[in-house]
This record gives sequence, structure tokens and C-alpha cells, in this order.
Amino acid sequence: MSKISRDDVANLARLARIEMTPAELDHLSSELSVILDAVARVQEVAGKDVPPTSHPLPITNVFRADENRPSLTPEQALSGAPAQEEQRFKVPQILGEE
Amino acid sequence: MIYEKSATEMATALETGEISAVELTKAHLDRIAAVDGEVKAFLYVDSEGALAQAKEVDQRRKAGEKLSPLAGVPLALKDVMVQQGVPTTCGSKMLEGWRPPYDSTVVSRLKAAGVIILGKTNMDEFAMGSSTENSAYFPTHNPWDLTRIPGGSGGGSSASLAAFEAPLAIGTDTGGSIRQPAAVTGTVGVKPTYGGVSRYGLVAFSSSLDQAGPCARNVLDAAYLHEVIGGYDPMDSTSINAPIPPVVAAAKNASVKGMKIGVIKELQGDGYQAGVLKRFNESLEELAKLGAEIVEVSCPNFEYALAAYYLIAPSECSSNLARFDAMRYGIRVGEGSAEEVMNATREVGFGKEVKRRIILGTYALSSGYYDAYYGSAQKVRTLISRDFENAFTKADVLVSPTAPTTAFKIGEKSNDPIAMYLNDIATIPTNLAGVCGISIPSGLAEEDGLPAGFQIMAGAMKDERLYQVGAALEAALNSKWGAPILSKAPKLGAK
Repeated sequence: MSKISRDDVANLARLARIEMTPAELDHLSSELSVILDAVARVQEVAGKDVPPTSHPLPITNVFRADENRPSLTPEQALSGAPAQEEQRFKVPQILGEE
Repeated sequence: MIYEKSATEMATALETGEISAVELTKAHLDRIAAVDGEVKAFLYVDSEGALAQAKEVDQRRKAGEKLSPLAGVPLALKDVMVQQGVPTTCGSKMLEGWRPPYDSTVVSRLKAAGVIILGKTNMDEFAMGSSTENSAYFPTHNPWDLTRIPGGSGGGSSASLAAFEAPLAIGTDTGGSIRQPAAVTGTVGVKPTYGGVSRYGLVAFSSSLDQAGPCARNVLDAAYLHEVIGGYDPMDSTSINAPIPPVVAAAKNASVKGMKIGVIKELQGDGYQAGVLKRFNESLEELAKLGAEIVEVSCPNFEYALAAYYLIAPSECSSNLARFDAMRYGIRVGEGSAEEVMNATREVGFGKEVKRRIILGTYALSSGYYDAYYGSAQKVRTLISRDFENAFTKADVLVSPTAPTTAFKIGEKSNDPIAMYLNDIATIPTNLAGVCGISIPSGLAEEDGLPAGFQIMAGAMKDERLYQVGAALEAALNSKWGAPILSKAPKLGAK
């Protein structure tokens, strides 16, 4: 039985940058334990000799010539911004005060 | 009524001048106005844009221009696909009010072909779900029975087809979101080969699984739409650089004589509704009568597909949805540091299922658990691909019921994530292996009178086989039932 504690969920939520209420943390920790029990079955057949597949196609990097192409105007790029100033995205403070 | 015709019939009526694109578009907008209050398939109806597009098609036709086969035919677009200037929410509060500054490749190709985009259809938030109940706005109702779900995540697209609000729709399929909604609404849905239709401008959920595809009311209409949206796109680094498989020709020359059709042993039995299995077996008999050879194949690792999917998809989504950070677009909530704003915005902007998957994915990718969960799931993915390869040496196509049951009641499974996840048990393997699949109606289940789906799967870039077998079975079933199965749906808007 997988056990995800309330503290585990709180830590995951912090890593995923999602604030959660105490009720949400309680609910998710019990739910995730059930889901993890169900998905842990993958370990039954995943032997050492099986190579992993990350992607269905055998793909390689795709490059293009380094040439200018039409792109969004600054106005278009900023059209969905929650806040803007001087043709830039205006964001809340990122670094602490020094 | 004109809106009950197939897309191909509408195209002919447009070409012969029997109807104009503007008239046809108006007929559909009127139909939406009449029935969408009950069905709630659309999140946004773009009447103005659709009519402007229709006017342009009429002018081009009048000027004698050679137009594409679907020019002037209306379509419903799943709200996960960006369209310039038209609200795109992905069924989430996170993107409420956002109007994208560019067109997805699918939208560009639809516009170039003169296909009229009526509006954006409802979906489970960020395409996570099997019932459209996870939309942050409202649930969509199944036109066969308004108390039931239309499937998901593309329930708005499937319902719009079944309600005759649009003859064509676009869906996206990460684990069954095109095929399962098609199955439970008596419509047709195709998940093309991974890389067969561009993902540029498709809001990403699980990038190694996401695939856009055509939805329609019959196989030939879906084939025409497939040829409009498919093909190589340099803007998508996972796009296959090869010609589109000849799907229209295959749908027209539908013969299964001498074909080997493999029934997957593991995708039936326990958990499948009796009436769904009965229609499945009848469909096999029809195919045998048409000269196909039915063989049984075994894919022993498919029983692990669901578990692998619910590690891989949440892992990829936890990474993909990190882009919703309240900085450049979408909603912004709260005050304080950037991190505090992100935390508050993502709390308010994401719904329950999205949060559940992000947290699960964050866990599966975290150090100490990565090998046991995400790593093991990737190995299962290899085993599933090998099962397909092996099965395709014994059969030209593989078949199964699309979904284990007919449409369930709204609210019936919304508090049981595992029960909800089981809806996709038969559709998920194709996404994990990147091969293609179609769902077509197999009839109505005896116990509830609701449509059941028949799934056909083919190898990578063998999409034409889906259409070849699908069109042959569709014709046989239409004559068996006396009419297309969708014609048996109750009439809407009768009140």
C-alpha cells in the first residue's frame, strides 16, 4: 500500500506552485495513495532488460536555416499579458530585497 | 433539413449552387441557437467570424476559383486548439478571456480550405477527463439522453455532431478523447498516427501522446477532413515528413475481402457491458460476411497500459502546465512576490482533476521515485509497442470495443477517479505506441438503447486501413439497421 502523507502532498504542491487548503491536502493524500497503488502495477513487468520508450517515433532534432521570418509584433505578443509596461511583460518581484 | 446532411452532401449542394456557404452557415447557427441551450456543446459561438468566412468562400466560388472539397462546410473546433482572436480556454478558468495572437496549423489549414469555423467546443479542462464534466464552465449533455455524458475530453465536439450543430469537428486524443466521445454519441472519430497532424497551436497536455484528428458523422466525411488537416508541418518537430495516407480513396474503395482482422483477446470480457460486446461481435460477423478473415490475437501487456498512461500523462502534464505561471498570458491572482502570485493563480485557475494530475506527475518525476514510477511506465510503453508489432504480423488491423460501456449518467463517476480512468482502457494502448485508431458506431446496446463504438487500429502511417475497414463496416451496419445509427437519436428542441 503506497502511502502519501499530507506533508508529502504539501511538499509536492509547493514544488508545483499550487497553493492548497488543508481540506484539499487531506483529500488529495488519500486519493493519491489509491491511484498510486493502481499505477504501481507497472513495476510488475518492467524488467531490467526492457529499454524505456519516451516517444513513439524515432525522432532526431529538427533544425532550420537561421533566417529571419515573420513573427508576432510586440503588441501581439503582449496582447494577453496580465500587465505590461514599455513593451515588456510586467511581473511581480522575482528577487528578494538586498 | 440541410443540417442533417453529411458534410459530403453539403459540399455537393454548395458546389452545384443549391445553397450558399452563408445560407449553410446561418442554418447551423440557427440550429445551435435552437438546441445548444440543452446540449451545451459550445463554449463560444463565433457567428460573426463564421459568416465573414462563409461570405468569402461564396465570393471565391462566384469568381470561378477552384475550391477545396470542403469549402463552405461548417465545423466545430475543440477549445484546445488556438484560433487567432477567438477566445481559447481549454475548458479552464486559467485561460478565461484569452484571445490567442496566432492560428494553430490545423486552423490555418481549415481556413485555407474554406472550412467554416462555427466556434469552440467544450472539453474537460486541459483535455483531462472522459466525460467533459471537468470543464470549468459547465458539463455538456449527450444528445441521445441529456442526463448522460457525451464522453471526454472532446465531449463538446462529439455532442455538436450528434446534435446536428455541425457536420464536422476537430478533436484531440491523448488517451481516447476523440474515440470514446465518438463511441458514446454514435459518431465517428479518428486518432491519426502520432505525427500525422500538426500539434502546433494545440495547447499541450502530454506531448508524446497528444494527437489532433477529425470527427464526423460518417467515415468518408472524416477522411475528407483528415486530408485537410493532415500532413507535414515544419512548425511541429514531431511532425512526420511523409505524404498523408490516401484516406479518402480508402473510404471510397471500402473492401475488406481477404483482409485479416485481429480481435484483441485482452480488450473484452470483464468490465465490458454485455450490450456493447454483443454489437461488437455482430460487427465481426458483418466483416466476416464481407470476406474478411477474423483471427484472435493476444497483447498480454495491454493490461498494464492504463497504469503506464496514468504515470506518463500526468508526468508530462506536470511539466507542460508549468507554463501557466500568471506572467505572460492567462489570469493573474493575488499579490506579493512572483512565487506567491503563481501559487495563488494556480490554486484558483486549475480545477480538481488538473491539480490531481499535476501533483501525481510531480511525484512520479521526483528523485527517489522516478525509476519506480515514470521509468517503469516508459518500459511498459516499449512492451506495448512490441505487442502491437507482434499483433500486426498476424493481422492487417486490430479491433476492439472503443469504450467498455455506453454513456453513463452525469455525476455518476465524478468522485471516483479510477472508475473514470477505466473508460479509456481500450483506447490508451494506441496512444502509447503512436499507432492510429478510429471509432465507428456499432449499433445501440439492447439494455439502454444507447450507441456503442467499434474501434479499428492500424500501424503507424497505415491510417488508410482505418477508413477502408471503417467504411466497409459502416455500410454493412447501415443496411442492417436500415439507416445510419445516428438517425435513431431522439429529436432535440422538440419541447
